[in-house]
Amino acid sequence: MIAVIAAEGSSSLPFLIVGVWVLLLSVFVGFIIIQKVPPTLHTPLMSGSNAISGITIVGSLYCVSVEYVEASTVCAVLGCLAIAMAMINVVGGFAVTNRMLQMFKAKDAPKSGAKS
Amino acid sequence: MLGVISIQYVAEFGYMAASALFMLGLIKLGKVKSARQGMSWAAFGMAIAIAATIALLFADDHWSTKSVLLAAASAIAGSALGYWMAIKVPMTSMPEFVAFFNGLGGLASTFVALAEIPRAAHLQLSLADLGDKDHPGEGAMFAIAAGLAVLIGAVTFSGSMIAYAKLAGKVNKNRAGPLGSQGLNALLGVASIALGVWGGFFVSDPAQIYVAGGALLVVSLVLGIGLTMPIGGADMPVAIALLNSYSGIAAMTTGFVLQNNLLIVAGSLVGASGIILTQIMCKAMNRSLSNVLLGGLQDAGDGGGAKKDEGYTKVKTTSAEELAQVLDSATSVIFVPGYGLAVAQAQHKVRELATLLEKKGAQVRYAIHPVAGRMPGHMNILLAEADVPYEQLYELDKINDDFKNTDVVVVLGANDVCNPAATQDPKSPIAGMPVLEVWNARTVVVVKRSLASGYAGIRNELFQMDNSLMLLADAKKALEDTVTELKAL
Repeated sequence: MIAVIAAEGSSSLPFLIVGVWVLLLSVFVGFIIIQKVPPTLHTPLMSGSNAISGITIVGSLYCVSVEYVEASTVCAVLGCLAIAMAMINVVGGFAVTNRMLQMFKAKDAPKSGAKS
Repeated sequence: MLGVISIQYVAEFGYMAASALFMLGLIKLGKVKSARQGMSWAAFGMAIAIAATIALLFADDHWSTKSVLLAAASAIAGSALGYWMAIKVPMTSMPEFVAFFNGLGGLASTFVALAEIPRAAHLQLSLADLGDKDHPGEGAMFAIAAGLAVLIGAVTFSGSMIAYAKLAGKVNKNRAGPLGSQGLNALLGVASIALGVWGGFFVSDPAQIYVAGGALLVVSLVLGIGLTMPIGGADMPVAIALLNSYSGIAAMTTGFVLQNNLLIVAGSLVGASGIILTQIMCKAMNRSLSNVLLGGLQDAGDGGGAKKDEGYTKVKTTSAEELAQVLDSATSVIFVPGYGLAVAQAQHKVRELATLLEKKGAQVRYAIHPVAGRMPGHMNILLAEADVPYEQLYELDKINDDFKNTDVVVVLGANDVCNPAATQDPKSPIAGMPVLEVWNARTVVVVKRSLASGYAGIRNELFQMDNSLMLLADAKKALEDTVTELKAL
C-alpha cells in the first residue's frame, strides 16, 4: 500500500488509513468512558447516545447540496427525509434525556437512614 | 481561495471540538450530579457540528438557495416533531420510545448512503468509480462503506420497529412463516453481500444501479425483521441495547462514505455504548449473546411444560390489610420492583408507601436487578419519576448481603430476578444467573397478579417458601390498599 502511494507521489495518507485510526481510538475511548456509567443512568445513556447518533445530520446536509439535487430529485427526497429523521433524533433525544435527568433527585428527606 | 481554505480549517476544528464535547458529555454522564451538564455539552457539540458543516457547504459553493430551503424545511419539521414526541412520551413508554428513535437514526444513515446512488446513476459511473478521488483504494472503501451503511442502517430500522411493536405489545410471535428462521436470515445475509458487491463495483448502468440499491434496501429491511423476531419479548433489553449499537455503527460507516472523522467518532461512541450495555444485560441473565438472539430460553421453557400456574401446593396468600400490619412493625424494608410495576404504573404508590414507612422510622431501600423491566435502567427512571431519591436504589451486588438483616421484602411484579432456583438448582435453565436473594429476609411478600411464570417459563419456589406470602393483585391496587390500611392502623 505504502509503495503504491509512494509511486503515485501522493504526500498525504488516504482517508481509509486515517479513518481506521480514528475508528480504533474512538472505540477504545468509548468502551472506557461508557463502562463508568452507573446502571441508574443506563436509560438516559441510551437516549443520550441516540441523540448523538443523530450526528448523521452532518451527512444528510450534504445530500441536499447542488451536485446531489441536480443529479436527481430522488437525492433531494432522500436528503430531506434523512435531515428530518436525524433532527428528530437530535432534538427529541436530547430533550427526552434532559427530561429524564431532571427527575433524578438526591434525598429530600434527610431523616430516613437509607444511606449505607 | 485563501478564504475557502481557512473556512475548511475552522470547520475541521469545529468537528474536533464537537468530538471532544461528545466525549466529555459522556464522561459527565458517569455521575448523576453532572449528567445534565454533560448532556448539554453534547448538545452544544451537535450545534457546533451542524454550524461547521453548513459553513463548509457554503464556502465550497455546494449549497444553492434551493438547498437552504430544503434543509431548513426538513430540519424545522424534524426538530418540531422530535421535541413534541420527547415532551409527550410518558416515562413508562420509554423503552418503546428509545427503540423507535433508534430506528429513525438507522434509517437516516441508510438514506445518506442511498443518496449516492442517483448521483452515480446521473454520472453513469459505478459507485466504486464515483468514490475514486486521488488515492488507490478510495473507490473500494467508498463502495463498501456505502453498502454497509445501507445494510446496517436498514437492519437497525426494521429491527427497531419490531422491537417497538414487541414492547408496545403489538407483536408477540417469534416467527411469521419463514421470517425469523436462521436459514432465511443466512440466505438474506448472503444476498445482501452479493447485492452490495454487484451494485458497488460491477454496474455503471443507471437502471442496474437503482435495482441493486433498491434490492439491497429491501433485503436488509427483511433481514432486520428476521433477526429481531426470534428475540423474546422479555429479552428486549438486550435487543434494544444491541440496536442502539447498530445505529451508531451505521452512522460510523457513513463517515467512511463522506470521509468525515466526526461521523466516525460519534458513531463509534454510540456503537461502543450499545455493545457494553448488551454485555451487561447478557451477564445479568447469565446467557450468551447468541443464546438471546436465537431465542434459546424461550424454546426451552415451552418444551419443559412447567409454564402452568398449577404445581404450587403450599402457597400462603395474604391481603393488603395483613401486608400493612407486617410493614407497620418492620424497621427495615426493601422493595424489589420488576416489569409488573411498570405495567401497573405503580411507581408513585410505592413512593407514597415508602414515605409513610419512613415517617414511622423504618429504613426503606430499593433493590434493582440489571434486567428488571424492559430496558437497561428502566426501573431507575420510573422510580426517579416518582421522586424516589436515587441514593435509595441499590444494585444487585450492593444489597444482596443485606437481605438477611431485613425485616420485610416486598417484591413488586418481579419474578425470575428473585428465583432461588438460579442459585440452588444446577439443572434449572436460569442456573447461575445472578439473582436478588430475597428469601433470606425475615418475611417476603410477593405482589403479583397471578402465579404464572416469568419470561424464563419456570416455576419459582420462592412463592411457597415458609417465609413468603403471596398478594395476588395488581401492584398499583395492592399498594393503594396497603397505604389506606397502614394509615388506618
